Amino acid sequence: MTATATDLIELRPAGPAARRAFSGLLLRDLHVLRKNAGQFAIRTIMQPLLLVFVFTYVFPKIGQRIGGSQEAQAAFSTLLMAGVMATSLIFQGVQAVALPLVQEFGFTREIEDRVMAPLPVWAAAVEKLVSGSVQGLLAALVVFPLAAVIPATPVHLTIRWEYLLTIVPLAAWVGAALGLVMGTRVAPQQVPLLFSIVVIPMTFLGAIYYPWSSLSPIPWLQYFVLLNPLVYMSEGFRMALTSGVPHMHASAIYGALIGFAVLLTWFGVDGFRGRVLG
Amino acid sequence: MRALASDEVIRTEQLTKVYPGDIRAVDELDLEVHRGEIFGLLGPNGAGKTTTVGLLTTRIIPTSGRAWVGGIDVVAAPAVAKQAIGVVPQTNTLDRSLTVRDNLTFHGRYFGMTAHDARAAADDLLKRFLLADRADASVYALSGGMAQRLMVARAILHRPPILFLDEPTAGLDPQSRLALWEILGELHAAGQTVLLTTHYMEEADKLCDRVAIMDHGRILALDTPSGLKASIDAETVVRVVTDGDPAALATRLGEMDGAARAAVVEGAVNLYLKGVTGVIPKVVDAAEAAGYRVTDLSSTEPTLETVFITLTGKDLRE
Repeated sequence: MTATATDLIELRPAGPAARRAFSGLLLRDLHVLRKNAGQFAIRTIMQPLLLVFVFTYVFPKIGQRIGGSQEAQAAFSTLLMAGVMATSLIFQGVQAVALPLVQEFGFTREIEDRVMAPLPVWAAAVEKLVSGSVQGLLAALVVFPLAAVIPATPVHLTIRWEYLLTIVPLAAWVGAALGLVMGTRVAPQQVPLLFSIVVIPMTFLGAIYYPWSSLSPIPWLQYFVLLNPLVYMSEGFRMALTSGVPHMHASAIYGALIGFAVLLTWFGVDGFRGRVLG
Repeated sequence: MRALASDEVIRTEQLTKVYPGDIRAVDELDLEVHRGEIFGLLGPNGAGKTTTVGLLTTRIIPTSGRAWVGGIDVVAAPAVAKQAIGVVPQTNTLDRSLTVRDNLTFHGRYFGMTAHDARAAADDLLKRFLLADRADASVYALSGGMAQRLMVARAILHRPPILFLDEPTAGLDPQSRLALWEILGELHAAGQTVLLTTHYMEEADKLCDRVAIMDHGRILALDTPSGLKASIDAETVVRVVTDGDPAALATRLGEMDGAARAAVVEGAVNLYLKGVTGVIPKVVDAAEAAGYRVTDLSSTEPTLETVFITLTGKDLRE
């Protein structure tokens, strides 16, 4: 450094500086993801793998009839496929966004450095959402073939691309935004507890194992689970991947997913700002 | 594109941060830091030093007042101001998911450098800061001193006009502290403007061109270290401990020839003397003549700590 080094610095206007900072942060997250590809694979595959393996391979083989007849079995494998996709994206959001935030906000306070990058604090939060969504998309790519190949009975997919290509990113964003809310609105040391309080109930009551409409014998539950964004993801994937399995109307699915995306994004970004700024 | 024009690298006007419960962490602070100087904020824990750094580095939103860094209003344009700032915080905020080198290269990317430039700047700094052989190690493998050096390297990588260091040597071993002082000396020689906070008076005295003594969110005195020491107008400070009443002894000693002032600090008498030779026997004689037994006695030249004690009536230790 020369005596005049600091004179030479030119400050970029806010817009270009923020765009570069944003892509720098995203590059960093993707670099870390690539470095930890093994970890990513394990955390992405394990849960859907076991789910699919037990329900659609083991159960039919040992005669544990979930659907009833052979035909019903196949229908179950098919409808579970949608639920598995949805639950993977929710898990991914939590693992890709909430858990890293526990470290960054918690003991190491790494976040204090990340937010010194020249971009608005809300944009640093949005970067977390983008990075989480990208990981969700990758998870969808990994899980899709898994859920299609493992079942002992054939899975009959009727892919409707216009739905699939819109539901996957939307669901990935909702998963990441839920992760941001959890990571910023809850004390770092209590985030792991959220798995029991939020994530597990969400997945068990997320219309993963059955279409939402089949809950009609238990009306209170049928309406109660409408608070769960995972329900709309499962129904959305059912709409995008199957035919003959009942699902909600497209407008309800998109309306709810977009609503959750907006709400969770706002709540999460605001929580991030509150955590970072004094 | 704004280049840095003025010589005033930091300016605050009535900068104030009030926390709930009417805690005035920073209270109507007026500050100017000039280009190329090492400016120290000296004060005990809780004086408002870290809050001041937080306000200047866009992390804390002021309750009232304004602040400019490199001529940029930190509240109105935080994302622009951040480019002018390098920060070494109190705790280790290195990116635990990255290697030592990647901590630097990605920092460069955040600040808009190309991959090539960031890599070149990183390797240059790793060499200068004696971290080159650790370039590919995890940051978990670094000692406290090395982690601190890496944080300084990271903070200056994008060549910010101003470098903030918050309690940079707190918790460092003496050797690492010296190494850091040496680095700061080199940066200073190269024209880097630095604002550091510290509660070590020795650090402020040794490193800083100007020191602001801070307590309860306010600046009590601001001058060069020697100017501050000269301000108490004494050549010797004698600390006298007695088993009698220190307040009464202070009054008597204050009447001695050459005594500028005497005060009770933490149970002992601090006596400020000027133009007195053979100080210790004279003080003992004066105390005994007044009927007091001296149980302990020490004498020093005025230090920044003495200045702080004179201003606040308490010492810098928390």
